[in-house]
Amino acid sequence: MKAQGAAGWFGSLAVFAALVALWWAASNAGWVSRVFLPTPQATLASLAEGLNLRDGQGNGELLGFTQATVGRMLQGWLLASLAGVLLGAAIGVSPAVRAWVQPTLEFIRPLPASALLPLAISIFGLSAGMVLFVVAFGAMWPVLLATVHGFAAVEPRLAEVARCLQMPRAAFVWKVGLPSAMPDILAGMRLSMTISLIVAVVGEMIASQSGLGQAILLAARAFRASELFAGIVLLGLIGFASNALLAVAEKKLLRWQQP
Amino acid sequence: MTSGAAIGRALRPWAFPLVLLGLYEVYARRAAALGSDALAPPSAALKAFVGAALDGSLWEATAFTLGTAALGLLAGAGLGLLLGIALGLSPRAARMGFLSIEVFRPVPSVALIPLAMLMFGFGLRMELAIVAFATFWPMLVLVQAAVRQVEPRLLEVSRMLGLSARERAFKIVLPAIVPRLFVALRLGVAVALVVAVTVEIAANPHGMGYAMMIAQQSFDPALMLAWLGWIGVVGYAVNAAMQRLQGWMARRMGAAA
Repeated sequence: MKAQGAAGWFGSLAVFAALVALWWAASNAGWVSRVFLPTPQATLASLAEGLNLRDGQGNGELLGFTQATVGRMLQGWLLASLAGVLLGAAIGVSPAVRAWVQPTLEFIRPLPASALLPLAISIFGLSAGMVLFVVAFGAMWPVLLATVHGFAAVEPRLAEVARCLQMPRAAFVWKVGLPSAMPDILAGMRLSMTISLIVAVVGEMIASQSGLGQAILLAARAFRASELFAGIVLLGLIGFASNALLAVAEKKLLRWQQP
Repeated sequence: MTSGAAIGRALRPWAFPLVLLGLYEVYARRAAALGSDALAPPSAALKAFVGAALDGSLWEATAFTLGTAALGLLAGAGLGLLLGIALGLSPRAARMGFLSIEVFRPVPSVALIPLAMLMFGFGLRMELAIVAFATFWPMLVLVQAAVRQVEPRLLEVSRMLGLSARERAFKIVLPAIVPRLFVALRLGVAVALVVAVTVEIAANPHGMGYAMMIAQQSFDPALMLAWLGWIGVVGYAVNAAMQRLQGWMARRMGAAA
């Protein structure tokens, strides 16, 4: 979105503050049952306690859960990006392989990543490795397809030049293919970060691996709404932070493309 | 010779998956012979699929998932469309809403599964709420971007004619963004389907995701594999249909313009 002036920031802050005030009023005045909607104070208290912000008083549980979920998400995402780029480059560099394999890839793409959880459970059992596998596998598709697409869209004249120079295939991938596929790959990696977080949370819910996904499910089952909201806030923050960081990285990495 | 080449080209997309399935068949049969009850060969899955199709459980679960995804999309995309038009037409409103949207948008939809469970219990409404939440944001962002790119002269004309805000939205803006609207809708359909199946796998005891989960839990790997394949086929068919609809719409609107 566009850069905005101070007045714009003030206005949007005011709207956000109004929404929080509405939440405060609705929960404190009892317009909505507190079973579903805890007060903002209670949510903040749960957050402070779980994150051990008040020194010595909290149990620090949420901190560990957040670390576990972020770790799972990042590991899965890195594995997915690596595998996606490698496989995508291998498929994308050769039109023949592309013609044979791409229809299958297009078929698998709309498959929900979480639909692989039952299959993975029956193969690997309910373990942390199983969740990591599903996160990586589910998040691999956007990167893989973006890489294939990026390689397929390499400027034909560049490919001709590479042929004239008798560039070996590995050099072509490294010097021509990857740089020109970079914008596609980075866009795919951003999407795959979102998928990693979602699948990590679902995996924790189903396979009872410790993390925010399991924490919010247990909080909801025990009707502890303030802890549930604290978990949702943390997940929102993780999503926000990862997306913002990737957007900055994308801008930096693609600076050479801008005229 | 030429017809042989044509047949070869037509069969080519099927070769790779068939080889994969064949390898899996051999592997799973060997595993089954060694006494594993976690894997089933694709041939057994096909049999289980026919069984589920004949006793009607297949269609019931599929109808639930597709129906819920469609209703949730209708709610989420409808609200996203309205708010997107409003924010696209008024830069001031867009600035005001910016922070709130950026704060709520990255909340992963699955994080709301426990909350929806608490509010609505299991069933249709909880899944609807989550699908609507998940489809609302992409729709809002894409519609807002589409409205901003509406030819400014059209908006000037509408101001000259003294159209009211509602008339402007329905007579000028909406027709102008139809091609982009269908691109956004296609994305929304994909998101809705994925989220619906995910909610069923994680919590909601209805639909295709749950049927697959329960097949796994009752050690019926053939049925589970059948569901996995069926979910893939349904997802592919829905996406392909949306792609054709979008292409058709783009051609029609392009020809009309």
